[in-house]
Amino acid sequence: MNGLNGVYVPGTSPLHRLPAGVKLAGLAVACTVLVLVSSLVVLAGAAVVVAALYALSRVGTAAAWAQVRPVRWLALALFAMQWVFAGLPGAAATTSRVVLVVALAGLVTITTRTSAMMATLERCLRPARFVGLDPFRLSLLLSLTVRSVPVMAALATRVREAQRARGVERSLRAFAVPLVVSALRHADALGEALSARGVDD
Amino acid sequence: MMDEGKRRRFPTGDLARVAVFAALIAVLGLPGSFNVLGNAVPITLQTLGVMLAGAILGTWRAALAVVVLLVLVIAGLPLLSGGRGGLGVLAGPSAGFLLGWIAGAAVTGWLVERAGRSPSFVQLLVACVVGGIGVVYLFGIPVQAAVTGVSLGNTAWLTMIFLPGDAVKAVLASLVARGTQRAYPDAVPAVHRERLRAGGEH
Repeated sequence: MNGLNGVYVPGTSPLHRLPAGVKLAGLAVACTVLVLVSSLVVLAGAAVVVAALYALSRVGTAAAWAQVRPVRWLALALFAMQWVFAGLPGAAATTSRVVLVVALAGLVTITTRTSAMMATLERCLRPARFVGLDPFRLSLLLSLTVRSVPVMAALATRVREAQRARGVERSLRAFAVPLVVSALRHADALGEALSARGVDD
Repeated sequence: MMDEGKRRRFPTGDLARVAVFAALIAVLGLPGSFNVLGNAVPITLQTLGVMLAGAILGTWRAALAVVVLLVLVIAGLPLLSGGRGGLGVLAGPSAGFLLGWIAGAAVTGWLVERAGRSPSFVQLLVACVVGGIGVVYLFGIPVQAAVTGVSLGNTAWLTMIFLPGDAVKAVLASLVARGTQRAYPDAVPAVHRERLRAGGEH
């Protein structure tokens, strides 16, 4: 399954080299500022800055567009609705704000390796040990999940083929019940294998 | 002793269940993983996965499964339906619905845990509707209203477009959970907890 490589675009730009934590903090600050600003001039300036940052990261227009593409219809609908309710300037401000925040967040994702981002997130999740999850188990949980995605996808394919063979292609129950039961069996076998290897100690 | 207590609260078997269910929710969003009416209406089943996680894993494990999925999504893996992933999903207007999944899965699980050793279809349906629809909307609508600047009432009206689909998913989730729990009794949260308490874990 090569879909699991994430959306990271390799590169050596200054943005790629910045630590993930710094980028996340920067993003948080930028988003807060964008939410507070309503002047169109400032927003236009912000758009220029975001475009400049994309240029600096040298990821190419295709990767940049891929980040904004998912909100294109929403942006259009939002613009139309705001135009009716809040007038043209308000519509332009709200819409550009949403698009800019999404573009900035996308830029952080594009320029940060999934592994680096995961390490940072694991650090942020360290307080989870107070509900009984120590950091080791947390990393184990995350990597187990990443590993389980292709396993579950293969399982889904197998169940669907069996379903086709039985001629009950359209029944959701004939698909989902065996899928969930085998997922649970797989999970419980996996859990026993893990305890057998002493993960509990 | 402390260590003992911790282990009880989160045994390894549960770790595997949480990981597998987080992966299952991701897989239910893969394109073409399942289409209800041939290929004409590609509906994603990720919210179905969230309801199922609640109905089968119980409160904490279900919430944790959704948290794990969202952490991986934020880290940049394209695990949301349509191959979406990355920080952008939390910046977008649907962020509240994603966060609502956490609470929604937990509430579904909490209600199913209260339904005893053999939850009926109706009990499961109530849990899925309250948790998987009510709670998710409760988080999703205000956040969407705040992000888009559209009034709360209008946003709520717009969200009603998704209500029929989500209602169908709640019915399906209850049917599937019921079928699963009949075939595999350990898929009932109350039964699973009893087994853990009896020291059935190895």
